[in-house]
Amino acid sequence: MEALKQTRHIGFWTGIVFFALMAVLAIALESSSGGNTWLRTLNNIGIFTALALSLNIILGQTGLFNMGHIAFFALGAYVTAVLNSVLGWPIIYTLPFAACITALFAFVVALPVIHLRGDYLLVVTIGISEILRIAFVNDIFGLTQGPNGITGIQRIELFGYRFMSQFAQFYLIWGFVAITACLFYFLEHSRFGRALNYIKYDEVAASGNGVNIVRYKLIAFALGAFWAGMVGTIYAPFIRTISPGLFEFKESVLLFAIVILAGGGNIVGIVLASFLLVGMRDVLTMFGDWSMLLFGLMMVVIMIIRPQGIMKPRRRQYNAGHLVGKFPSGIGKKAGLSAGNQAEVVE
Amino acid sequence: MDIFITQLSNGLAIGSIYALVALGYTMVYGILRLINFAHGDLFTIGAYFGLTILVSFALQGNVSPLIIPWILIIMAAIGVAIIGFLLERVAYRPLRNANRLAAVVSAFGASIFFANALKLIYSPNRQSYPADIINLPNIPIFGVDIQSKRLIMFGTAVLLMALLYWYINHTRTGTAIRAVAIDQGAAKLMGINVNKIISLVFIIGPALGGAAGVLMGLFYGQIHPEMGFSFGLKAFVAAIIGGIGNIPGAMLGGLLLGVVEAIAGGYVSGSWKDAIAFGALIVILIFRPTGILGERVADKI
Repeated sequence: MEALKQTRHIGFWTGIVFFALMAVLAIALESSSGGNTWLRTLNNIGIFTALALSLNIILGQTGLFNMGHIAFFALGAYVTAVLNSVLGWPIIYTLPFAACITALFAFVVALPVIHLRGDYLLVVTIGISEILRIAFVNDIFGLTQGPNGITGIQRIELFGYRFMSQFAQFYLIWGFVAITACLFYFLEHSRFGRALNYIKYDEVAASGNGVNIVRYKLIAFALGAFWAGMVGTIYAPFIRTISPGLFEFKESVLLFAIVILAGGGNIVGIVLASFLLVGMRDVLTMFGDWSMLLFGLMMVVIMIIRPQGIMKPRRRQYNAGHLVGKFPSGIGKKAGLSAGNQAEVVE
Repeated sequence: MDIFITQLSNGLAIGSIYALVALGYTMVYGILRLINFAHGDLFTIGAYFGLTILVSFALQGNVSPLIIPWILIIMAAIGVAIIGFLLERVAYRPLRNANRLAAVVSAFGASIFFANALKLIYSPNRQSYPADIINLPNIPIFGVDIQSKRLIMFGTAVLLMALLYWYINHTRTGTAIRAVAIDQGAAKLMGINVNKIISLVFIIGPALGGAAGVLMGLFYGQIHPEMGFSFGLKAFVAAIIGGIGNIPGAMLGGLLLGVVEAIAGGYVSGSWKDAIAFGALIVILIFRPTGILGERVADKI
């Protein structure tokens, strides 16, 4: 048990140290001149980190090739924007609606296609996200105001405090990232997370061992979408004007690339990959016309250097010590297991 | 009825281009299980090569208008084939044994690279092929005037596809390509040089894509650096509809997608055209999970 606790805490403490350092960095940037641009970049990275973490449930943990994740994000942002600008709701009240509507949408569209294999699912998710984007462009139900999008979205107000500056939003966005990372960390280690991993590595074996494949896949889809919808709610007041142009297919590609580059669904890897790819995209803009050319080149180079991803797939460790003596035939003793001995499963 | 025939001819014309591009996707997928997302940009590069050759050699007026398309197609196909060959060497070969999705990400990187290289070399704006390269009268079919351009385009694309079909099915190398697609290991044991075959596929696919780009430029006039991304996505959808990895499937899928899109555009609304194309994809996959001509592969346990 000791070893098990240790492995958990290493990841956990790294996270706490990381987020503490980020908070200090933000204060340093706020007080320096020109720090606002950097705060904006960090906020962008934060949004993409939270989104990539939500995609990680679907792609990294369950192994479902979802290349239309931006659709869920877009839907969340649009629900918030419409509720706020048309009905005048405060942003914070729109959060549960954005999340639930997005999750419901994901569930409904995934239901008929969940049985498709790998690449077929990939192209269907692209199709779904494109259909949704075209619907937004065509001003569906007269709510989305076409290609120009919805303007004048209010800022988030929480307990009477309005998150206006980049600095204030930094804490909002990265606070959300911290909560997300923490929750998904525990999710990964739960029975549910193990079932998702099982599906990813061997669907047939998982179903043979009583994992309801379709149900778990659908839950993974709905959960990932639920979270992406919430990120949408945070994004809408951050950018204040949302239009279909923000949710193009290439953003889905970027998210997909982040999760693949992270390596085996690793949460630390996701944070690093978001910094690398989104940060790089923002920083490269200083090269003007050359920026995207360099970005494309870097994507190829990075994948060639680290085809297995930034982080190694994490080893899942099981402590078998508590099994000793539980079986009448003494299975544990025969296998030579004693307290503290580890049975390791490599992902 | 007139609208129907006009839209059908439009659909078959654009569909034949989708089919040519889809062939590139499907051949690469058949052999490497790789979705080559940069293929759409190879198509764009073909269109730009064609324009450059047309302008820099001052072909118009000096050469018969019936030969011009063939000169452009052949030269652009050669140029794009070289780029396709290099693309595989640089961006995909190092990832051959890695996670399949790593190569997909690399393909997207290459796609972004190509589109932006075109923007830098030419210009980010639209460019036009001269409108009067092929001046032929319209041809009446079932009482409807069909642009002869469309017929030539359709005929050229079908001819190229027939050539490919013959090559794959009736030559020694074609047999080797099919063998590698079925089982790389066994093909290697039979003395087939798998690396050479993969390189060859990355020459044939892009060559067809480049030819499709020239046709697109010649017959629709306008080209721009980012057209390959959305066009390539549609062609990929066409390949999936037909059953990816299946060569006749890509041809069928391309034509079908073109016709569905044109008819939807004509009868429903132009702005929902793309959404209907994707909707058709989803409906087809719900009922035929591996595409129209795709084989149902049983799970190996």
